Amino acid sequence: MKLAYWMYSGPAHIGTLRIASSFKNVHAIMHAPLGDDYFNVMRSMLERERDFTPVTASVVDRKVLGRGSQDKVVTNIVRKDQEESPDLIVLTPTCTSAILQEDLQNFVARAQESTQADVILADANHYRFNELTAAEKTFQQIVEFYMAKLKEVPERTAQPSANILGISTLGFHNTHDCQELKKLLGQLGIAVNLVAPEGCTVHELQNLPRAWFNIVPYRELGRTTAEFLQERFEQPYVDITPMGVMQTARFVRAIQTILGDRGSVVDYEPFIKEQTLFVSQAAWFSRSIDCQNLQGKRAVVYGDTTHAAAMTRILTQEMGVRVVWAGTFCKHDAEWFRAQVEGMCDEVIISDDHAHIGDRIAQAEPAAIFGTQMERHVGKRLNIPCGVISSPIHIQNFPVSYRPFLGYEGTNQMADLVYNSFTLGMEDHLLEVFGGHDTKEVITKTVTAETGLEWSDDAARELAKIPGFVRGKVKRNTEKFARESGLSRISLEVMYAAKEAAGA
Amino acid sequence: MVTEPLSLSSPQFECETGNYHTFCPISCVAWLYQKIEDSFFLVIGTKTCGYFLQNALGVMIFAEPRYAMAELEEGDVNAKLNAYDELRRLCLQVKKDRDPSVIVWIGTCTTEIIKMDLEGIAPKLEDEIGIPIVVARANGLDYAFTQGEDTVLAAMASRCPAPAEVRSEEEKKERSASLRGLFNFGTTKKGEKVESAYAEHKPLVLFGSLTDPVVNQLTLELKKQGIKVSGWLPAPRYTELPIIEQGVTYVAGVNPFLSRTASALQRRMRCNLINAPFPLGPDGTRAWIEAICQALGVVPKGLEEREQQIWANLKGDVEFLQGKSVFFMGDNLLEVSLARFLIRCGMTVHEVGIPYMDKRYQQGELDLLERTCREMGHAPVRIVEKPDNYYQIQRIQQLKPDLVITGMAHANPLEARGITTKWSVEFTFAMIHGFTNAHDILKMVRKPLDRNHALKSLGWEKLIQEA
Repeated sequence: MKLAYWMYSGPAHIGTLRIASSFKNVHAIMHAPLGDDYFNVMRSMLERERDFTPVTASVVDRKVLGRGSQDKVVTNIVRKDQEESPDLIVLTPTCTSAILQEDLQNFVARAQESTQADVILADANHYRFNELTAAEKTFQQIVEFYMAKLKEVPERTAQPSANILGISTLGFHNTHDCQELKKLLGQLGIAVNLVAPEGCTVHELQNLPRAWFNIVPYRELGRTTAEFLQERFEQPYVDITPMGVMQTARFVRAIQTILGDRGSVVDYEPFIKEQTLFVSQAAWFSRSIDCQNLQGKRAVVYGDTTHAAAMTRILTQEMGVRVVWAGTFCKHDAEWFRAQVEGMCDEVIISDDHAHIGDRIAQAEPAAIFGTQMERHVGKRLNIPCGVISSPIHIQNFPVSYRPFLGYEGTNQMADLVYNSFTLGMEDHLLEVFGGHDTKEVITKTVTAETGLEWSDDAARELAKIPGFVRGKVKRNTEKFARESGLSRISLEVMYAAKEAAGA
Repeated sequence: MVTEPLSLSSPQFECETGNYHTFCPISCVAWLYQKIEDSFFLVIGTKTCGYFLQNALGVMIFAEPRYAMAELEEGDVNAKLNAYDELRRLCLQVKKDRDPSVIVWIGTCTTEIIKMDLEGIAPKLEDEIGIPIVVARANGLDYAFTQGEDTVLAAMASRCPAPAEVRSEEEKKERSASLRGLFNFGTTKKGEKVESAYAEHKPLVLFGSLTDPVVNQLTLELKKQGIKVSGWLPAPRYTELPIIEQGVTYVAGVNPFLSRTASALQRRMRCNLINAPFPLGPDGTRAWIEAICQALGVVPKGLEEREQQIWANLKGDVEFLQGKSVFFMGDNLLEVSLARFLIRCGMTVHEVGIPYMDKRYQQGELDLLERTCREMGHAPVRIVEKPDNYYQIQRIQQLKPDLVITGMAHANPLEARGITTKWSVEFTFAMIHGFTNAHDILKMVRKPLDRNHALKSLGWEKLIQEA
């Protein structure tokens, strides 16, 4: 047993559900007790999803414990097949099914006999996988399943084309990143063959081999699928995350090499130069005098491997910020992370213990933090600004406006994020010169200060419990009510009576 | 399975598949740890439980909450590790870091399935570490959402001391005046005079966790009738759990989901249960107070005027809501009481989904519902236990209700289809009990209708593309 308050990555089934619900017309059935379908709330709330989340539970209750869930699971799969006519039903095990040890694979086989839809069992054991590794595994599993059904390998497209692998629901700024990648590929004269899993159907997966190569923008999702496709169809892949000016250039050059190998010689250097110096504002931003004061400022970086590594690189190489330590919670991929940030920070921290991370932030006393929602809250407590660069995230990290982290527009976003996170330059100087902001204490005198009304102790205590921003209003309303009722002393009863009278 | 209605206005009961969305009952730690200030809640479960709590409780996680997960690892599940030793290690750490007056263990689905004997381990460990350990099995195999509180309070009921166990005057005062400072009349010189404001009656203990202001409001409401509340289960501190005199104390519930607590108090603690509608809405509050008065042999006074006065305050909202229809998908067990209040306000209720219906515990409420339907000329209410959300959504699309009260999983998709919704969870967390808060219920019901009315002229009703 482990005492835990907070976790950076969710349980395995969340990863599976993220993949299943990213596809179009795929339905997931969780083998889980009542209340485990919280995923639907997250998707509906965080992503502000307009459609019903295609996830239902085959509920494990007392009866199921007694008799086994065989009939129930099979019935639920068949029922969902008839109701929604999905292309694929993914039976999703949870921590509960991990210990019940029923033969879910057998239920799948039985259900398959009476469904139009394909049925598979997600192969992600709760105790071996987390959200990220399970998502990776499920994505690969579904792709392999449909590649096995291929009767013949479709021909490559005539013009250069690419698949974008790893865009998924509830992914950090994924939809914006995807748009930006499409735009970038368009500018490079490369057609987008398929984006997966987000927004595609499983039948479209059969077109995957048509692309000349694959793009895997995120370290956490899509890499093993790309490796499989490389092995099976000799389809190369680019797994450089185009985040930051330098990495985006490397990404474009890697594509250039692949196209060259395929006999389509291109020279992207003029494009990279044009974008870097004049289209993206990030290079000019770093050079402009306003950003001189970023030089040598201390920051810490923490998040998933993709974003923490890329951010560390941007801060040190492109902005002259000193990264005191860089860390990730992806313990399963620690070696890769170390190699990425080697030489770009004073220390590397691999940990998924939020208390440890909080302590290390407090010790480092950086001028800014780049981390997850958890580090944002640590920052609040320590009065250190924080830019959120990675999941786990809240609803405010699903902005409606266009906010990619990748590509050239992404570099602009990063510049703003970094700039706004540190104290602004001139303000910084003023603080040093005058020793702080203007005094915050404001002399307040409420309109009713001299009414001669007496507040009883318990009423005053109750008033103190009311949130600050409405307290004044409640106080005035109550006193008004007391005056009108000819009372000189305000007790709890008077307070409640005033509330009733005001209808508030 | 439709049962024949007993009379023209009595509700019809149905039962569906139980495939509906609700919160896991472990969510009760969110409000209970705040209510019981000296407690620590330890949820013994997996990452799945932790992930739910973390996401559902959002902001609270960051405020150093007095709850944590005892996260089970593979070694715990296949019994390679000894549960007693593991729990001992964790509880000692909790004792060292937080020093609570009680540790509440929340059993989960996993502890049920692997049959971890929490009830057996707790007393031994309690002796060893010197902190009371209360065990509540608030798992998703057996319960829904608010029923979690029911399992905790039912477990706590047997910890309420008998009068003989409380010897010191100090403690007696603490336990009988858990409404700190509000009613400590004994300490003032005018004490006796104020004390006589109460009628002679048997001790009354109320059960159900409400925020302090609502506790004060309901207590004052009863004080107006000369009824003294001797204590609340739960009290603001574990050390202030009310004194219960077996065979003498009367108890009344404030929430419809507390049926196990009610039977624990009745059977184990031999209390007299007052069966009443719940104090939601002015009608419910009045009926609740009347039932308590009647049970304690006190003649109610001025109640009708009080109710009328509240209705007069609600006039604007009632006029607005009259004739509008509402559909409860069901997830928190407050549904019958809310439906009854809204019918009284002139609304039409298409369906009342509810996770679980204890007809005995909710008898008073069901009777009032029937009476309300009769008096308002409303058709018999359809109560669907263990609803099936898929079928419900099909019914909603046919009926096109003015308002659907539902969980967050369905709210946005329904809105995108032009159907106005209200999140049901808000009713669980808002202050809605008693005369004073009746307006807040209607405000919550009105808000989405007002908002969509405000946007009406824009023609943005249906925001999905037809396939």
